[in-house]
Amino acid sequence: MPDGPQTPTGRVIGDVIMKVENVSLSFGGVRALDNVSFDVREHEILAIIGPNGAGKSSMLNCINGFYHPQEGAITYKGKRRDTAKPYEAAEEGIARTFQNIALFKGMSTLDNIMTGRGLKMKRNLFWQALYYGPALKEELEHRAKAEEVIDFLEIEAIRKTPVGRLPYGLQKRVELGRALAAEPDLLLLDEPMAGMNHEEKEDMVRYILDVNDEYGTTIVLIEHDMSVVMDISDRVVVLDYGKKLAAGTPDEVKRNQDVIDAYLGVSHD
Amino acid sequence: MSGDHAAGLDTFPKLLAANARIRGGKPASREKDYGIWQTWTWSEVADEVRALACGLAALGFKRGDRLAIIGDNRPHLYWSMPAAQAVGGVPVPIYQDSVADEMQYVLAHAECRFAVVENQEQVDKLLEIKDRLPLLETIIYHFPRGMRHYTQDFLHLYADVQDKGRAFDAANAGFYDGEVAKGAGGDLAIMVYTSGTTGRPKGVMLSADNLIQTARNAADWEGLTDDDEMLAYLPMAWVGDHIFSVAQAFTHGFCVACPESAETVLQDLREIGPTYFFAPPRIFENILTTVMIRIEDAAPWKQRMFHYFMDLAGRVGRDILDGKPVPFADRVKYRLGEFLVYGPLKNVLGLTRMRLGYTAGEAIGPDIFDFYRSLGLNLKQLYGSTEASVFITIQPNGDIRSDSVGVPAPGVDIRIADTGEVLFKSPGVFHAYYKDDDATAETKTADGWVHTGDAGFLDADGHLKIIDRAKDVGRLTDGTLFAPKYLENKLKFFPFVSEAVTFGDGRDYVAAFINMDLEAVGNWAERRGLAYTGYTDLAGRPEVLELVADCVDKVNADLAQDDKLAGSQIKRFLILHKELDADDGELTRTRKVRRSVITERYGDLIAALYSDQDHCEVTATVTFEDGRTDTIHADLKIRDAKVIPPGAAQAAA
Repeated sequence: MPDGPQTPTGRVIGDVIMKVENVSLSFGGVRALDNVSFDVREHEILAIIGPNGAGKSSMLNCINGFYHPQEGAITYKGKRRDTAKPYEAAEEGIARTFQNIALFKGMSTLDNIMTGRGLKMKRNLFWQALYYGPALKEELEHRAKAEEVIDFLEIEAIRKTPVGRLPYGLQKRVELGRALAAEPDLLLLDEPMAGMNHEEKEDMVRYILDVNDEYGTTIVLIEHDMSVVMDISDRVVVLDYGKKLAAGTPDEVKRNQDVIDAYLGVSHD
Repeated sequence: MSGDHAAGLDTFPKLLAANARIRGGKPASREKDYGIWQTWTWSEVADEVRALACGLAALGFKRGDRLAIIGDNRPHLYWSMPAAQAVGGVPVPIYQDSVADEMQYVLAHAECRFAVVENQEQVDKLLEIKDRLPLLETIIYHFPRGMRHYTQDFLHLYADVQDKGRAFDAANAGFYDGEVAKGAGGDLAIMVYTSGTTGRPKGVMLSADNLIQTARNAADWEGLTDDDEMLAYLPMAWVGDHIFSVAQAFTHGFCVACPESAETVLQDLREIGPTYFFAPPRIFENILTTVMIRIEDAAPWKQRMFHYFMDLAGRVGRDILDGKPVPFADRVKYRLGEFLVYGPLKNVLGLTRMRLGYTAGEAIGPDIFDFYRSLGLNLKQLYGSTEASVFITIQPNGDIRSDSVGVPAPGVDIRIADTGEVLFKSPGVFHAYYKDDDATAETKTADGWVHTGDAGFLDADGHLKIIDRAKDVGRLTDGTLFAPKYLENKLKFFPFVSEAVTFGDGRDYVAAFINMDLEAVGNWAERRGLAYTGYTDLAGRPEVLELVADCVDKVNADLAQDDKLAGSQIKRFLILHKELDADDGELTRTRKVRRSVITERYGDLIAALYSDQDHCEVTATVTFEDGRTDTIHADLKIRDAKVIPPGAAQAAA
């Protein structure tokens, strides 16, 4: 399916890049994920929604290798990877942000974004400590890439500011910046807009769409703000108590009676 | 450089060519891009401008066409000005933060066929109003980001237009030079739309002669050279920025740097270290407030050292700067202070290399003004207007008086009308308001004198003092002179007060609205462990009311010293529940108070000030940046201030 459906902005959704098949994950007696299957196609924005405790974050954690599902398979770019480690996931081009911001608070924005380049630095510790010749050249290349990200996210003004001093909305943006610095093919965003005000949300939505559009990055996101989800995602997967409740385009999901009962509810008007 | 003028350098494209010839290898423009300062020399700028000018011609831009320019300060946007002029067009810079409707008015009024804009944001704004602008044909944008899916064929990328221009130039040898040679000093060089304190903005038509002669006179007088450096961060649509960052840079060949973004100005300032700097009083005030807040957080011994040397600087710094005699011991201590405090402080502020600084637009607080001068920074006030191509008066080196705006700039004549209004005549006097002969006739007399609309007087030594807008000066019912701006400025000199509006014309006494400064008051509240949720909440706190009352009392005590103004002491005031905002139409884009709007919108509050109520409930509409609106409710307390009877002033002092 090389030339799949076209989105309104003109992007072409490509082949399946990742397949999640019958994945189950338990913590002791708690079944966090129960026989969940879906696939992610190249260049698309896929949203995972569901009530609290539905297993959304667990799903992301399985994808990037933080948890390993007891049953089922995750295939990424044709390779089984349900037992891969997080750093292997990162090396294969999967980057993520976290529900609770996980930045180095004492380091500057620039340094935090540079950590996203860590896996791409090939010189060994000796050269890097010497900071001369090839290591310096490499550092400059990575710095240039980091500056591109800073420009992209319009955070020039906080380049040298320690992240801990930034307001929440900006920290979220820096975290996205660190993920982008790794030049991922697949970007996992865990509630990128949680706790933001309306204006910050609008900004974040624009950056997510821009990332998807400019770099063609495939995006899987968890989000609770339904207007955002319905607006920006190409497809939606709904989880409830660890089970897949529904999947499809935002319109299909919105009309699905199970989803309305379990999560969306009815409007009182 | 006065010899160059005789040599026929009477337009900006000609000056550009001369700069490329004389100082082709010297820096002309700088911009921070991807975190690194990029520099273009004069000869590179000349090439860029030539390519763009030819590209415009290739797209059908004709002599006399208007080119709208919209965006933040970017070298590429600055270059579009001489490019338009080179092929006989007129640049019309437009405030980049104006909403689509304001933009539409200016674009329609100026009959712009072409527009050069910065990015997608501005393109979107133009597309939104393009249906209502039948004359607008071509839009050129500089940054391609986000523009990939825009397929309209009237949209062009700046770099593509330049490529077209280079091809056009190669095919039409001699075209560019021929077009430039057709230009003359009397040609219309730019149309600047005034921010419009009253009514719709007016298009001020300035010729190349107006701008070049005025810019040159002032720069010669101040001794600017091509080694100077300027940071261009104020709106390009403002005439001041055009004079400082374009006209003077072209006549004297100095380098103009553009900040990375509007938020990074203070960091960029530090990295560039300009030698020539302009800022409105508000910015100097903000910088000082930030310094003072940071000092309060410093270690006690550092605070003691800072205050000791700042006291010393306050005593002798200005005299040293003005070349007046100062005791030897103080000079030695001042040197030590320079090493320990002043030098590092100037370095942090990015003002180490500043040789000449101007401030204008409104009165600057004497404390603030003296603070910078005592550090050895040659900060001066100037008085100007769009209609004068900026310069009317400048404070002369060595003779700075904080209550005057200085002496007439070179080539400027000043006259005070019987009504007290200031009139001037200069080489910079504007040609006319575009398509508005009535307004032109109202402002400019047949023999070339221009009404400033400001009331003022010249003192015995020829220094001009401005009291207020001529039409704003009023009288209380008992005949006492009431100068609102004068009172408001006195209030605004307190760090806790960010904005004030006073009432009194035709009333029994003076009353005031006050906006607190969220940063300063917020910090003050934090120190006292006073919790608050936001502006409205903090503004409503009784503690804050007391804090502001203290400021008002001090203003009254000050006014009581002056026979003429003692009667206009502020009797009652309240703290507004929201900040006055340009987005709500309460301030102009240059942040001047729109009195009529405020009088209309807050009529209930004004009525309450002139009654015996001690509180007033209010509902107000606020407009967010994206155009949505919301309402705020608040219950405002009204408080009486201490009024000192004129007779008691001496005793109190």
